[in-house]
Amino acid sequence: MSNTNDSGRRIEQDTLLKNQKDSLTHTPVHLLELKDVGKHYGNIIALQGVTMAVDTGRVTCVLGDNGAGKSTLIKIIAGLHQHDAGTFEIMGAERKLSSPREALDSGIAAVYQDLAVVSLMPIWRNFFLGSELTTGVGPFKRMDVETMKRITKEELAAMGIDLRDVEQPIGQLSGGERQCVAIARAVHFGAKVLILDEPTAALGVKQSGVVLRYILQARDRGLGVIFITHNPHHAFPVGDRFLLLKRGKSIGYYDKKDITIDELTSQMAGGAELAELAHELEQAGGNSEDIAEVRAEAADVMTAATNPTDASSTGRHTG
Amino acid sequence: MSTSTAAAPVVADERVASKGPVAKLLGRPEIGALVGAIALFVFFAVVAPVFLQPSSIATVLYGASTIGIMAVGVSLLMIGGEFDLSTGVAVISSALTASLFSWYFSTNMWVGVVLALAVSLAIGFVNGWILIKTKLPSFIVTLATFLMLTGLNLGLTRLIGGSVSSPSTSTMDGFASAKAVFASSVNLAGVDVNITVFIWIALVAVASWILLRTRVGNWIFAVGGDANAARAVGVPVVRTKIGLFMGVGFCGWILGMHNLFAFATVQSGEGIGNEFLYIIAAVIGGCLLTGGYGSAVGGAIGAFIFGMANKGIVYAEWNPDWFKFFLGLMLLLATIVNLVVKKRAEAK
Repeated sequence: MSNTNDSGRRIEQDTLLKNQKDSLTHTPVHLLELKDVGKHYGNIIALQGVTMAVDTGRVTCVLGDNGAGKSTLIKIIAGLHQHDAGTFEIMGAERKLSSPREALDSGIAAVYQDLAVVSLMPIWRNFFLGSELTTGVGPFKRMDVETMKRITKEELAAMGIDLRDVEQPIGQLSGGERQCVAIARAVHFGAKVLILDEPTAALGVKQSGVVLRYILQARDRGLGVIFITHNPHHAFPVGDRFLLLKRGKSIGYYDKKDITIDELTSQMAGGAELAELAHELEQAGGNSEDIAEVRAEAADVMTAATNPTDASSTGRHTG
Repeated sequence: MSTSTAAAPVVADERVASKGPVAKLLGRPEIGALVGAIALFVFFAVVAPVFLQPSSIATVLYGASTIGIMAVGVSLLMIGGEFDLSTGVAVISSALTASLFSWYFSTNMWVGVVLALAVSLAIGFVNGWILIKTKLPSFIVTLATFLMLTGLNLGLTRLIGGSVSSPSTSTMDGFASAKAVFASSVNLAGVDVNITVFIWIALVAVASWILLRTRVGNWIFAVGGDANAARAVGVPVVRTKIGLFMGVGFCGWILGMHNLFAFATVQSGEGIGNEFLYIIAAVIGGCLLTGGYGSAVGGAIGAFIFGMANKGIVYAEWNPDWFKFFLGLMLLLATIVNLVVKKRAEAK
């Protein structure tokens, strides 16, 4: 991977973070800005020296393998955990969020891997959960059920999903549909920053495409999107900036114009690691044809021209 | 898709097969209990005709209400994902507080009643607070509360009153008016119906309203269904759970006051084992033990089944020794029916 580090020109942190004007609001501050943020759990360092920015109408992608610190990073931004090093600014003001409620009030909404939906509850109850509409006063203050059902249906239709029945338990929806409900919910409640934690991880090719389209739709509605994924092929088409994490540290932060998908992929996968995988398979007495294939993949990655997902699926067959 | 949708005035989605009223009813959480209650009612009506007399029904309802009042709070708590083993003795603690305080300080009974309310709510608060702070399962936390309250009931009663039962308070100031509120009976078309039946019905109505039509109700389902998800979207999980425990405390206070003013004295060792009756009523009524699903009406039907079985055995002139066996069988059958019905409703 050492040979690919120089290929993409890293964003100069100073120029990016200092006084870069927001393209839409023309204010000299970022929507969100993290500088050298770190977090440890006891003696385990989960995150160290992460610097990134989120702007209106831009998609910032956070890429990294399992355990790279992606989840820790979004938990800090979403108010579930607090960072213990560096600074975290929202609209130029330094903050430390103590609860998800506080994050929501600051306009930061997160859509989690497990979606943060209560599967036994109807769709409309999930949509408005925590922000229910009420009508009436005093002891007769009650939920405005009809309005909530109508808005749920309308908002979902605006995102391009036509749901059958908003009364059905959300657990009955497909993964992609649930994802959309969660995104539509965040958009409806006026989120300025939308965090998407591995939204395409458990989805098929077609459904992933649908979710990527919602990401662009959210971006076009003026949201700052943080898109967390381990798949560069999902990140590259929609992303404007790319933050690469590895073992809790930032290994690169690029603007789209400065990097190609192949460079991104090779940085992510690490050609050396693929070569190691081929070696391990050989040791374990794997199918020689498959090993040769992994070798070829590794060589391809070294020259920054292939797709790591093919290599990993080939590796699985030998097991 | 079909010709009928074209003619329909309301724009209906063709993918929604119109759910008939029967299918809708089958989707309700309390349906298993309702079927069981009807079957049991018919059964006792056949084997013991005296069961159908208005006075018998009033007696059955009274028996059901003493369980049902608690089952309201316990059902809501169970939907919220927790349960409480201290409820049985907490009822007695509440009654003893009112009785002993008023007797020892010779105050008006109402002073004791208000103090008992504070104590009951405090017990609920402490249960919830320890649960939240320690993150221990509610089984352990409330088991500990149950044991401590059992000991406190016995110990303090003997220390203050010098006996295992509280001294009689029937001649004290305010007893008559408090009895009118908590333990009188209302003559309804020639039949004396205990006031607890009306309190019970009112509580069920209020709880159903809260559960289905208020924000808090939404939160109760959410914290029981998935507390982490609820927290992530901004639901005040801590307040909701502690509030539910305090709701159970409130129900315990009402029942405790009824016990005190119905009998004037309170046996300090009573109440042990009753917590299971309340939980059984909630479970028979379709509340999911793991939380997130159920209804207040279900708990009420569960309590009604309990009342019918309890008194029906007497009217049928059977040996009441069999009652517990009967109750266990009912619990098993009702939960199996609930499970089957729920799966079938979800598959549709």
